[in-house]
Amino acid sequence: MLAALMPSSASTQGATTDAIFFALLGLSAVILLLVLTLVVTFAIRYRRGSKADRGALPAIISRQFELGWTATTLFAFLFLFWWAGSSQLSALIPPKDALEVHVVAKQWMWKTQHANGAREINELHAPVGVPVRLVMTSQDVIHSFFIPAFRIKKDVLPGRYTDTWFEADKVGVYHLFCAEFCGTDHSRMLGRIVIMTPEDYAQWLTSQLEGDDLAREGAALFTARGCSGCHGPSSPVHAPKLVGLYGRAVPLSDGRTVMADEAYIRDSILLPHRDIVAGYDPIMPSFAGILSDGEIQSLIAYIRSLASSPERSVQPGTASSGSLVPGTPSERSPAMTPGNAVRRQPPGEFDGGKP
Amino acid sequence: MTTIAAPSGDLPVSSEPSYLSAGYTLGSWLGTSDHKRIAILYAISVTLFFFLGGIAVTIVRVELFTPEADVVTADTYNRLFTLHGVIMVWFFMIPSIPNIFGNFLLPLMIGAPDVAFPRLNLMSWYLNIGGASLTIYALIAGGVDTGWTFYTPFSTMFSNTHVLATAAGVFLAGFSSIATGVNFIATTHMLRAPGMTWFRLPLFVWAIYATSIVMVLATPVLAITLILIVAERWLGLPIFDPSRGGDPVLFQHLFWFYSHPAVYIMVLPAMGVVSEVITCFARRRVFGYTFMVYAMIGIAGIGFFVWGHHMFVAGMSPYAGLIFSFLSFVVAVPSAIKVFNWTATLYRGQISFDAPMLYALGFLGLFTIGGLTGLFLASIPVDVHVTDTYFVVAHFHYIMVGGTVSAFFAALHFWWPKITGRLYPETWARFAAILMFFGFNFTFFPQFIVGYLGMPRRYHVYPPEFQVYNVLSSAGAVILAAAYLMPLGYLAWSLVWGRRAGRNPWDATGLEWQTASPPPRENFPRTPHVDVGPYDYHPEGMSPAPYQPRHRGQGDQA
Repeated sequence: MLAALMPSSASTQGATTDAIFFALLGLSAVILLLVLTLVVTFAIRYRRGSKADRGALPAIISRQFELGWTATTLFAFLFLFWWAGSSQLSALIPPKDALEVHVVAKQWMWKTQHANGAREINELHAPVGVPVRLVMTSQDVIHSFFIPAFRIKKDVLPGRYTDTWFEADKVGVYHLFCAEFCGTDHSRMLGRIVIMTPEDYAQWLTSQLEGDDLAREGAALFTARGCSGCHGPSSPVHAPKLVGLYGRAVPLSDGRTVMADEAYIRDSILLPHRDIVAGYDPIMPSFAGILSDGEIQSLIAYIRSLASSPERSVQPGTASSGSLVPGTPSERSPAMTPGNAVRRQPPGEFDGGKP
Repeated sequence: MTTIAAPSGDLPVSSEPSYLSAGYTLGSWLGTSDHKRIAILYAISVTLFFFLGGIAVTIVRVELFTPEADVVTADTYNRLFTLHGVIMVWFFMIPSIPNIFGNFLLPLMIGAPDVAFPRLNLMSWYLNIGGASLTIYALIAGGVDTGWTFYTPFSTMFSNTHVLATAAGVFLAGFSSIATGVNFIATTHMLRAPGMTWFRLPLFVWAIYATSIVMVLATPVLAITLILIVAERWLGLPIFDPSRGGDPVLFQHLFWFYSHPAVYIMVLPAMGVVSEVITCFARRRVFGYTFMVYAMIGIAGIGFFVWGHHMFVAGMSPYAGLIFSFLSFVVAVPSAIKVFNWTATLYRGQISFDAPMLYALGFLGLFTIGGLTGLFLASIPVDVHVTDTYFVVAHFHYIMVGGTVSAFFAALHFWWPKITGRLYPETWARFAAILMFFGFNFTFFPQFIVGYLGMPRRYHVYPPEFQVYNVLSSAGAVILAAAYLMPLGYLAWSLVWGRRAGRNPWDATGLEWQTASPPPRENFPRTPHVDVGPYDYHPEGMSPAPYQPRHRGQGDQA
């Protein structure tokens, strides 16, 4: 009975959230029952003209009671704060070995992109038991990436990266909702999260490898858009070299230090004059309006790849880095149509081989 | 503790004509500076807006009977829930209790002939009507689809609807709020009758005073925020547009810095009403009067520092999130104190269950549920899951509809005899109160469940597994709508056929009951003198005596 009133929980965070939820539910039920019982009892016992004793209140009652219930509620609430707050902090940092998936939201679809370049529309395939980190941005308005079964939700903002992560602990297909009102088709901005066994996932992923992977695409762009003219290894221009940059602390000319993460790299491309690296002149032009969000993500992936393997040779490809993905309503996920429920399927029935 | 008792001795009842018969022309109403007539003007306009917002949400609930889009299109749906939110928040919830009952009662309760700035008071009403007219114009011209929250960059760069007219309307209504707040603060400070010290003020006056302070301090932030929207949308200044260096989340900080305190603008006056009604029908002094006062001041004060709990998933720093979470738990404590004190007021009382008391007891239960579910939203991990779902919709409707609207109806029934001089049919009123309570729970309780199951708010189509809860909710809404229509009928009936109320039909304490019903233009024939505190329902150390209602049965036969 109770299970039918609860959403299925399919992530490691889900258990914690549910535990706090039930603790709150328990506390609320106790307080509510206390208040309702007292109100009903008093209402009956002290109804007008009843024979109940109505002598004056003992003088001690008023002050002691006030202080008593004030202190009790305060301590109960502070305990809840401590519990909920500390579990929030421990879930803050995704594990280092997390798979990384890029998400771009737009009116009204979700585009997801795996590290190897595999792209999906309104779907996200992921392995069970592996932490997955989502790096998200929006092309237009604020959306919110919401997977009820995993108890995660994060706003997806234009012009900024937000991230969240999950570790699924059950194979299945789950709802993905947009939770922040984003215009006409907000309620149709749905998707499916497909959690597979690691083997199925590996098979699915290899069968997706048709386009270039993100980093290779980024490398191509790096040349095509002229970045290599200054940032390339043999460039005569005095520009910061990007090998080994990602994840490092960068000293700035005004004395601050920033971490070279996705947000920093993105800002450096779009707003190059904001954070000048110490020892360099502010000569880089802004690429705002020239590069799309998808292209910036490819460039970031390329710069990331330089961090881990500086000697890696990159073959500039010829693939267009524009959107390769279909976007007309007929090509959207079946979950987009309200009649089509997101069903749980046994793992074997995933159409893993089909792109 | 402060000794609490009512003014001793009856004041002479005026032989002057009542404020209602002080002139019958339209001009005598539209040009009036009488706080009581202005209260009636608000009552008429606010009732109109209440039903307008109600019609919009009725269509919304009908649409949600099925998971498919079978009544209205997506755009129409988005405009309807926006209309519902904008009208209900800015033109019903915020002005309802302060501007109708605060206006009518504040001077009466403190023994003043009028508010401090009577013409400013009338101007506030015109500003409110002007704002509402602009908003309704936007509705007729095609509506607005941003939600009442106007989140950027959707509202500034993507919405093709009448955002500017709506923002201008809300902006004007904000000025009305500020002017009213200033007026009430000045009135409370300057015009108290001799002997009416701060701790002899009725709790309703304290509530209106605390609300006014929040109005005056918070509303300018809303005005600035709306100006920024206009600046970006109309003049093209980059304020929230991220592609030009703006910050879309800045809007949310500004907006909620106003709008969270605005929740207290809506609920503090309700707390004042309920305190008055419970103490009157339990025939006991309010338990812990001073704690009740400090709790209201605490809510008004801490209420300014909790806005961030609306933004836990908006990419805010997690450490900022923790601070907002902490403060949100703390602000719940004074509300809990008030609930316990109302409950304790019933202890050893002589409780009678007239319609205002039924509404007030309904408030007590519903507000408790609404307040407790607020704790869920203050807990970050749970908030992450339920924010922007129907859980939140249910939570704030329990506070704002279960709480404030219940209190609004309690106030309407409690002071109706004072305002109109007539008594309404008690049986009908009790029936409506009970129907409203059940209809409300029927409508909104299923939304907690469907919200925790994950149904996002503002969805016009939804996955079919959520249907059963939506059908329950929509069915409840039908009952609720019927319950809201009933008072319209029997209260209108009472205006013509209701029995004369007399000065004090509830045998209540408080200065407003010491003058005629309806009161004369100048409120009191002579300035009253107060020598004891409020709620003198029984002498110190004695049991309360039951009151003999003078209204029972009248009108019921008709």
